[in-house]
Amino acid sequence: MKENWTHLEALEAESIYIIREVVAQFRNPVLLYSIGKDSSVLVHLARKAFYPGPIPFPLLHIDTGYKFREMLTFRDEFTKAIGARLIVHRNEQAIAEGAHPLKLGVARCCGKLKTGALLEALEKYSFDAAIGGARRDEERSRAKERVFSHRDSFGQWDPRNQRPELWNLYNGEIHEGESMRVFPLSNWTETDVWQYIREQNIPIVPLYYAQQRQVVFRGTNWIPIIDPSDIREGETPVTEWVRFRTLGCMPCTGAVKSGAQTIDDIVEEALIATRSERETRVIDHGANTMEDKKREGYF
Amino acid sequence: MSVGLLRFLTAGSVDDGKSTLIGRMLVDARGAFEDQVSAATRDNERRGGKGIDFSLLTDGLKAEREQGITIDVAYRYFSTERRKFIIADAPGHEQYTRNMVTGASTADLALVLVDARYGVVTQSRRHAFIAHLLGIRHIIVAVNKMDLVDYKQSVYDKICKDFREFFAQLDPIDVRFIPISALLGDMVVTRGENFPWYEGPTLMDTLETIEIDTQSASELRFPVQLVNRPPMPELADFRGYMGRIASGRVTVGQDVAILPSGRRTKVTGIATFGGDIASAFAPQSVTMTLAEDVDISRGDLITGIDDAPSPIKEFEATLCWMSQHPMRAGAKYLLRHTTRKVKAVVSKIEYRIDPNTMAKESGLTELKQNDIARVTVKTLLPIACDPYRKNRETGAFILIDEANDTVGAGFVEA
Repeated sequence: MKENWTHLEALEAESIYIIREVVAQFRNPVLLYSIGKDSSVLVHLARKAFYPGPIPFPLLHIDTGYKFREMLTFRDEFTKAIGARLIVHRNEQAIAEGAHPLKLGVARCCGKLKTGALLEALEKYSFDAAIGGARRDEERSRAKERVFSHRDSFGQWDPRNQRPELWNLYNGEIHEGESMRVFPLSNWTETDVWQYIREQNIPIVPLYYAQQRQVVFRGTNWIPIIDPSDIREGETPVTEWVRFRTLGCMPCTGAVKSGAQTIDDIVEEALIATRSERETRVIDHGANTMEDKKREGYF
Repeated sequence: MSVGLLRFLTAGSVDDGKSTLIGRMLVDARGAFEDQVSAATRDNERRGGKGIDFSLLTDGLKAEREQGITIDVAYRYFSTERRKFIIADAPGHEQYTRNMVTGASTADLALVLVDARYGVVTQSRRHAFIAHLLGIRHIIVAVNKMDLVDYKQSVYDKICKDFREFFAQLDPIDVRFIPISALLGDMVVTRGENFPWYEGPTLMDTLETIEIDTQSASELRFPVQLVNRPPMPELADFRGYMGRIASGRVTVGQDVAILPSGRRTKVTGIATFGGDIASAFAPQSVTMTLAEDVDISRGDLITGIDDAPSPIKEFEATLCWMSQHPMRAGAKYLLRHTTRKVKAVVSKIEYRIDPNTMAKESGLTELKQNDIARVTVKTLLPIACDPYRKNRETGAFILIDEANDTVGAGFVEA
C-alpha cells in the first residue's frame, strides 16, 4: 500500500477526476483557456485525463483585444503543438465601439469584453459546462465557491444558495438553459501551480519570466508600456527588471519587480511571496468586488 | 518537496474565536498575504473597529462581513515545510449543521474549538458527534480563550474530562487536547510563556506531525467514470476504463469482478500519460484495460474477486437532511453513489438522532433541514456499496431532488 503521496500527486489525481466528471456528466463542455499559468496546468491535466485519447472538448479563449502579443503567439503555437481545438471569441461590437478601461472604467470594460463576451460565446456554442482555472486561494469570495458551481439561465451565480457539495459526489444536474462552471484547480495554491509546472515541465508564456521592460508606476502597480499612447499625463516611463505573476489585459495587469529568470527562481519567489498575486490585477480593487462580478457571470 | 496533504475541518460555536484562530494560523504560517491582511484591516476600520479582525480575512461573502457571521463553508490553504493544509471552515451556528457535514465529508481530522469560559456546551458535543458520524478518526479539541480564565490548569482539566466522557459513548477514535489562546497566539504556532503546566506539542506541531489513519479499507474499489475509446485509427482497438481508485490497489494480471453484473475478467494494462504502469493505488486516477470486451459503463464498480460486495436494492442508512423542504417517507429522489446514478425512495424513517444527546426519536413521518436520522432506502437498480464505517468512498451517497438540488447526505450502514 502506498501511503506517501506528495501533495502534488494528491491534487493531480483529484483534478483529473473532476475533469473526467465534466465529460461524463455534460453534453457539450468547454475549457476556458486564458493562456495563463493556471490554464496551462489545466490543459496539461486534461491531456493526462484522457490519454491515450485526445482532449474531448474545445478550448475557448475570450480575446479582449488587449492581450499581450506574446500571449497570442504562445496560444497559437501551444494549442497547435498539442493538437487541441481552439475557439477564439471576441465581443466585436464592444471592441468596435472602442471599449477601454480609461473610457468606461475598469468594471464596465471587463463587463463588456470579458463577462459579456464569455456569456455570448457560451450561448453561441450552447456549452453546458465551462471548465475554468480559478483557485479558491485567489480571493475571499472564491473561497466559498463550489467545484461544480451552478449558473442560472442568465449565467449568474447565487452565492447564498449554492448546492451542498459532499465527498467527491459532484452534482452536475441542470435544467435546460442552465449551465455549470467547474473548477478543477479549486484546491491548488499559487505555489502548487508553480511547483507542478516545474515538476511536469509545462510550457508557459515567457512574460512570466523577468526581463527589462518599460513600465510606469500607476496606483500600486507597475504597468507595462507597450505603446506610447499607454502613457498618461504626468507619467514618466522607466526601465525595470519585472515579470508578471498573473496575466490579463495590458492596461490592467501590473508587473512585479523581479529578477526571476528560471522556473526555479519563480518557485522560490512564490514560496517567499508576502503579497497575493491578485494584487496586480486592477479589476480586484474597485468598489465593485470580485463577488459582484462573479454574480454577473465573470470567471 | 514530498510534504503530503492534510485536510481538516474546523468547528466551533459562535464567538469561540474560530476565525481568530484560523486567521492566526494563516498569518503565522504565511497562508495569508500582506495585502489580504491590510484589506481585512481596512474593512474593520471602515466599520469602526481597530486593527485587524481575523474573521474578515476568512469571511468571503459580503453578507457575512456585513452581518458578522459565517454563512457557508470556506476553504483555506496554507503550507509549512512539513505539510500542505486544506482547512474546511464550517460555521458554528445551530442551523448550519448541513455546512458542517459538507466540510467534514472531505476532512481527515477535525479541530473542535471550545471556549474555556463555558466548557463543553451543547454545540461542542454536536460538532464532535458529526465529525464522528462522517468517519473522521482524529479530533483535536482546542480549549481556547485560556487567557480569559487566567491560564488555569483546573479549567482545562475539567473540559478534557467532560469531553472524554462524551467520547466514551462513541467508537474509539484518536482525541487530543491542547490549551490555547488564539488571540495572543499562545500554543498555536509558538508555545508562549503562559502554559508552564502543559508539556504537550503546540497545535501547529500536532497538525504537522499527526499520522493520519486514512482508510482501513484495503479492498480494491474502482468506480468506472468513463469509457475511453480514442477516435484515432491507430488506437481503434483500445478500450480503456477511466476512473479514480477509491480504495486498495490494482495490478496488471489481476482477476477482477465487474459489479453489479458480477462478470469476471483480468486487468491487462494500466495506461497513464507518463507511460504504462504495473500497479496503481488509491487515490490515483488511471485508465485500465481488461482482457475481454465486456459490457462496462459509467457507474459500474471494478473490485477484486474475493472481497466484492453484493449488489443490493435495499439498505439501511444514516441520512442528514440538507434541504429546507422537508423529506417525507416514500418520497422519490435521484441517488448518486460513486459514479452511479439510480432512482431511489426513502421508504421508512426508523428514528431521528438528536445530535446533542444522541437520543433516538421514532414515529416520524418527515425529516426537516439539519435532521439526522436512520432510514431505509430502496433503489430501482442495484448498487454495490460498503458500510460507510468500512469505506468512506463506497459507503457515501447523496440524494438529489426534482429541482436538481442536493438535498440529503447518506451513510450506508449495512
